[in-house]
Amino acid sequence: MTRNCAGTRREVIAHWLIEPFALGFMRRALAGCMALSLAGPPLGVLLVLRRMSLTSDVLQHGILPGVALGALFGGLSLVSMGLGGVLAGLAVALLAGWLARASGGREDSQLAGVFLVALALGVAIVSATRGVDLAHLLFGSVLAVDDAALLLMAGAASVSLLGLAVIWRPLVLESFDPGFMRAVGGHGGVWHLAFMGLVVLCVVGGFAALGTLMSVGLMMLPAVAARHFSADLPGQVRASVVLALLSSVAGLLLSYHADVPAGPAIVLSAGALWAAGLLAGPRESFRARVWRPHYRG
Amino acid sequence: MTPPPVVLHDLTCVHDRHPAVHHLSGRFAPGSLTAVAGPNGAGKTTLLRALAGLHPAHEGRIDHGGLAPDQVALLPQAGTLDRGFPVTCRDVVALGAWARMGVFGRLPGDDAARTDAALHEVGLAGFERRLVGTLSAGQFQRVLFARLAVQDAPVLLLDEPFNAVDARTAAELMALIRRWHGEGRTVITVLHDLDLVAREFPETLLLARDPVAWGPTGRTLSAENRLRARLAAEAWADDAQLCRDAA
Repeated sequence: MTRNCAGTRREVIAHWLIEPFALGFMRRALAGCMALSLAGPPLGVLLVLRRMSLTSDVLQHGILPGVALGALFGGLSLVSMGLGGVLAGLAVALLAGWLARASGGREDSQLAGVFLVALALGVAIVSATRGVDLAHLLFGSVLAVDDAALLLMAGAASVSLLGLAVIWRPLVLESFDPGFMRAVGGHGGVWHLAFMGLVVLCVVGGFAALGTLMSVGLMMLPAVAARHFSADLPGQVRASVVLALLSSVAGLLLSYHADVPAGPAIVLSAGALWAAGLLAGPRESFRARVWRPHYRG
Repeated sequence: MTPPPVVLHDLTCVHDRHPAVHHLSGRFAPGSLTAVAGPNGAGKTTLLRALAGLHPAHEGRIDHGGLAPDQVALLPQAGTLDRGFPVTCRDVVALGAWARMGVFGRLPGDDAARTDAALHEVGLAGFERRLVGTLSAGQFQRVLFARLAVQDAPVLLLDEPFNAVDARTAAELMALIRRWHGEGRTVITVLHDLDLVAREFPETLLLARDPVAWGPTGRTLSAENRLRARLAAEAWADDAQLCRDAA
C-alpha cells in the first residue's frame, strides 16, 4: 500500500515535472532560459542599484529597429538580426547615457520618449519588410529555439557573465560612490560603458526567446524580487539567479500543461515569484511589515 | 609626512558660466590645518571638489606639487552617497586602499589589518560585517572617516564633516582630524560652525564666491570680514556682465 502510494506520487511528479522535458524542443527552451537566468539577473540587480531599471525597458525596445534593419538587409538570419540589435542597443545606451548627463539625472521623461520612438520605428521598418512576422519579433518563440538561436543565447549569456565577473569590483564601486572612484583616478565612464555593453548583449540574447517586448523579463523581475530575499549584494545576486531559474522551469511547465505561450508564461512566473517575495519574503515585505515584534536592544 | 604645498593660481570654477569660485589665489602650506568658511553658495564645496579633481578649473590652475590623484582624499558632504547600498562597513573602509590594490588586485595584508584598525579607531569595532544601510548618520560618517584613515593620503579634504552628527561623534571625529594634522598632513575642512573654527583651526579661508580673506583664523574672522562675507550677494545676477578681470 505504502509502496503503491509512493509509486503513484513518483509517477505524478514524473508526469507533471519530468516528462515535458523529454521533448527536444522543451529541453532546448530550458537550456536557453537557464543560460539567460544565469547571466541576466546579476546585471539586473546592478541596474536596480544604479537606479537604471527604466533603462532596461528602453534598451529592449531600442534593439527593435536594429533587429528589423538586420532582417531587412540580411534576411531572417539570427546573426544579422542579432548584430543589428546589438548595434541599435549600443546606440540607444549611449543616447540614454548622454540624456542622463544632459538632464542632470532627471532623464526619465526623455527615456520614455526614446523608447516610444524606437518602438514605432521598429514596427514601421518591420511592416515594410516582406516575410518578417512582427509578432515573432515582439514576442519571441522560446519553444521554437533552434541550434543557431540556442548558440546565440548561450554565447551572449556566457560573454555577459564572464564580462561582469571581470568588471564587478570597479562597477560596484562606481555604483556606490562614483565621486570617490573619480577622485582616486579610476575612470568611471569606462566601466559604465562596459556594463551597458553587457546589458545590451544580454537583452539581444533574451530577444531570441522572449521577443523585444519581454526580453528583459528574466533579467529585471528576479532582480527586483531579490531585495525581498537578501540584504547584501552577493545574497541578492544569488537570490535573483535562483528566482530566474525557478521562473524558467515553472514557466515552461505552465506553458506545456496549460497551453499558454511560453514567453509570457516565464515572465508571469517571474512576476508571481516577485509578488510572493513582496507579500511574504523575509525582507521589506508586507509580512515583515505586519509581523514585526521588536527586539530588546 | 611632509606633503608639497597646494597652490591655487587665479582659480575660477563655474556652474553654467556663473562663477562659484572667483579668481582665488593662495597657498595651503604643507601640514597646515585650514577651515574654509562662508555663507551658503559661497563656493566652498566647489573649491573642495576642484582640489579633488572632480570639478574642472574654468580659468587658472591648481598645483598639487606632483601628488597623484589618490594622494588627495575627499570626504564628501553627507547625503551625497546612497546609504541604502547593500555593502558592508568593512568593504567601504577597505576601498581606501583602492590605489594600492587596483581594479583587479587583492587587498594587501597590511591594508586588511589597517582596515580593521581604522574601524576600531572610529569606534566601530564589531561592525565589520554590518551593512551600511543599518547605520545611523553619525555611524556612517565614522565609516567614511575610517576609509580616509586607510587611504592614508597626505592631503585631506573634508566637506562639512560634522553635519548631521551628534556632539560626541563630532568631538571624536575632531580628535581624529587633530591627529592627522599632528602627523603632518595638510587638512582642508569646510565648516559652518565659526566657534569651532576659532577654537580648533589655525588657518581660515573665508569665501563669498570671491575670496574675502585667507590667513590666521583670528585675523580672517574679524567682525569686518564676517560682515563682508554676509553681505555678498547670494544669488546669480541674471543680467551679470562678463568678467574681464583675467583678460
